Amino acid sequence: MAREIWKWLGIPLIMIAIAAVIVIYSVNNPTDSIVARMLTYERVFRVIREHMGLLLVSMTGAIIVGVAGGIMLSRPSLYRIGRVMETFVNIGQTVPSLAVLALFYTILGLGFNVAVFALFLYSILPILRNTFAGIDGVEHNIIEAARGMGMRPLRILTKIELPIAFPIIVAGIRTAIVINVGAATLATFIGGGGLGDLIVTGLSVHRDMIIVNGAVIAAVTAILLDYLIGKVEERVVRWA
Amino acid sequence: MIKLEGLSKVFPGHNIPAVKDLNLEINEGDVCVLVGPSGCGKTTTMKMINRLYEPTGGKIYIRGEDALQMNPIKLRLDIGYVIQEIGLFPHMTIEENIATVPNEKQWPKDETKQKVSEVMTLVGLDPKVFKDRYPSALSGGQRQRVGVARAMVSDPPIMLMDEPFGAVDPITRARLQNEFLRIQERMGKTIVFVTHDIDEAIKMSDTIAVMREGELVQHATPSDLLSAPADEFVSNLVGRNRSIKRLHLIRINEILDEVDRAKPASEDAKIGEVEKQIEESDIRSVIVVDKDNKLKGVIGVSDLKRKSGEVAGDYCQDVTDTITSDATLNDALSVMLECGEGYVAVVNEDDQYEGTITLGDLLNVVKEEG
Amino acid sequence: MEQIIGVTGDLFRTAANLLFLTAQGEDVEYEPGLFRDTVDWISRRSDMLLELMLEHLWLVILTLIIAVVISVTVGIIISYYESFAQTVLGVCQVLMVIPSMAMLAFMVPLFGIGFTTGVMALVLYSLLPIVRNTYTGIRELDPAIVEAAKGMGMTERRILFKIKIPLARPVIMAGVRTAAVMMIGIAAIAAYVGAGGLGELIFSGISRGHQPMIIAGAIGVSIIAIAFDYLLYYGEKRFSVEGRTKEG
Repeated sequence: MAREIWKWLGIPLIMIAIAAVIVIYSVNNPTDSIVARMLTYERVFRVIREHMGLLLVSMTGAIIVGVAGGIMLSRPSLYRIGRVMETFVNIGQTVPSLAVLALFYTILGLGFNVAVFALFLYSILPILRNTFAGIDGVEHNIIEAARGMGMRPLRILTKIELPIAFPIIVAGIRTAIVINVGAATLATFIGGGGLGDLIVTGLSVHRDMIIVNGAVIAAVTAILLDYLIGKVEERVVRWA
Repeated sequence: MIKLEGLSKVFPGHNIPAVKDLNLEINEGDVCVLVGPSGCGKTTTMKMINRLYEPTGGKIYIRGEDALQMNPIKLRLDIGYVIQEIGLFPHMTIEENIATVPNEKQWPKDETKQKVSEVMTLVGLDPKVFKDRYPSALSGGQRQRVGVARAMVSDPPIMLMDEPFGAVDPITRARLQNEFLRIQERMGKTIVFVTHDIDEAIKMSDTIAVMREGELVQHATPSDLLSAPADEFVSNLVGRNRSIKRLHLIRINEILDEVDRAKPASEDAKIGEVEKQIEESDIRSVIVVDKDNKLKGVIGVSDLKRKSGEVAGDYCQDVTDTITSDATLNDALSVMLECGEGYVAVVNEDDQYEGTITLGDLLNVVKEEG
Repeated sequence: MEQIIGVTGDLFRTAANLLFLTAQGEDVEYEPGLFRDTVDWISRRSDMLLELMLEHLWLVILTLIIAVVISVTVGIIISYYESFAQTVLGVCQVLMVIPSMAMLAFMVPLFGIGFTTGVMALVLYSLLPIVRNTYTGIRELDPAIVEAAKGMGMTERRILFKIKIPLARPVIMAGVRTAAVMMIGIAAIAAYVGAGGLGELIFSGISRGHQPMIIAGAIGVSIIAIAFDYLLYYGEKRFSVEGRTKEG
């Protein structure tokens, strides 16, 4: 068991350590006074907190709405709407994240909430589509076997359809997280804060040290989240 | 047990009814096979019995009770259902799959566990080996067994089976059919069985209901169906070689005592004696058994020249395939054709030798009956 | 939560305004005439818009060509070295997970501000979809086909160019399509590090508070992305072997 946990946590811990070393070194050995002023522990922690805030709020909302919506659209009465939705989601996902954030800015203005809302809507798409497709993809004769043996519709949903669709739903959530982490670094452009702040500040004052710090933390966060949900993904399917 | 009265089904958006004014009565403990070309309404009829499809007209009585007035969930929980392509739940272990209906009925956990392992043993799956496996780890034949076990676990008096042995190779299919008949002999369930394979219908059924374009053409025992087909459609369906089809109706144990066959040689018998036995045998071969009467092999004329030694065991050659005595004569014929031999050795479940059936025996049967 | 609800309300109001502004005229309070302003701006600055669009396309197409050459080669090579393949694909996977802003930021200290930085970041991003699809496209070919070719005495080189690549082409094309659509979006972000293109409109629009400019940029990028997606989708169909036999 202990070895299992180490296997899971080994890579994440190493990555966090690398990021921490870079940040600590940079803060203690600034190349000049501008870096010293712009790159402080306080600032780093603030942008990380903002970034996590953006992610957590928008992803929690997106998972709830996406999964619930996908289930609803897969019911026979809404199935047709579900098929139409698939097309719209595919088009919606083609729209670049910067364009989405920019359009929300023109409509709603600046700020953390606007960024969260845009990220939330953008992240719903893959989750909604995968939930719908996952349930829709459950073989017809499996459903019919369940019905024929006397299972009630709600039991069929919770015992048969959702468990079988689960890996696909998790894959959708993984896609959403990767997109979301990427888009969250753009939130700074519409006043949403987050790790993008550090990068943009670094670029505007031409200090590579600040840029690299921001980029390292953002990259590590993204890789970690993807790695962890990848591990969860491996775990959930014992039966294939 | 099951009575269908004027049953009809028109699917929305179709002008032609899928099932038209169907009357059918199935007695308790009978296997009634619905047979006909695809699209004849046999599956539709079956699915109306557990109300997966709601009839658009007519009545269904189960033990005299109007099934259309019953709660469909309750009705289905008491009817075993084996679906085409089996429909096993891929995310559940074999044990969980079989326990579906007990779980829906909220049986106590240990009773369910015990019943599941009972029924697994019954269909010939070792519970210890298979209960924690997932369906993807099973062969086609094993999945079909699980499907049957899943339908039987709550001991429903009625079972509906939609081409339950459809997705396996012919040899496995024959084996599953024989096993199923053996189980059915003991359980005596009322079974509605759907197939498009007339040979399977003749083999499995107490009565056969032939359907065409949503209508019942003939409902009769297999023997009557073969000797007196109601019209041209039925006689075309059963085919021209009806006398050969009779081989489906007769089991090997029914004729095994009548055929006169030389005794098998024991493996330590002197080769001289065996040689004489081979000369006298009508198949020019002799079956060799060990001291527990277990099948050891066979010696043909050519083996005598090819090999050397003192006792029968030295000359013995493996037999390609054997058959059990509850198989039909038709199964015996397929094994012979498969192996390219004029005979097949009959053994019991412990591989003990029971006798030999030859092509000549089959011809005699066809001649007599025809 | 209340904020989100408030925001949603605003969103719907604005969406409705955007749609009906031209019909209803000036008497709408919220953001009067945003739609018309945008149309005005686009018609006045259409030559600049076109120029930026071409710049954007040039960046994407150039990097796509570089990426396809590199990725297909890598994909083919790793299809021969199984043990190597998982490592390479793992590295590509990690590259793609890195946020685009961070990737661009890493490139700035190395290549400075400008077009090259954009090209480098975009190429790195597009590795995974094309490499992976090339690899799986080749690996998942029916082994009987390759065996048949070998049996008929074709050399490995001929098998690769005459059998494997043509049969894997639809899968490779699908990877190219994924990469292309992704690149269009990231190219817009790359404008921030001086790579040019429609992203410039978005960024300078935001910094100046010039909304028509932002909308023109955002919608322009979206249209290019959707158009590319469709074009390559039909390209994919045409290139597939089945598609060709059907058309005769």
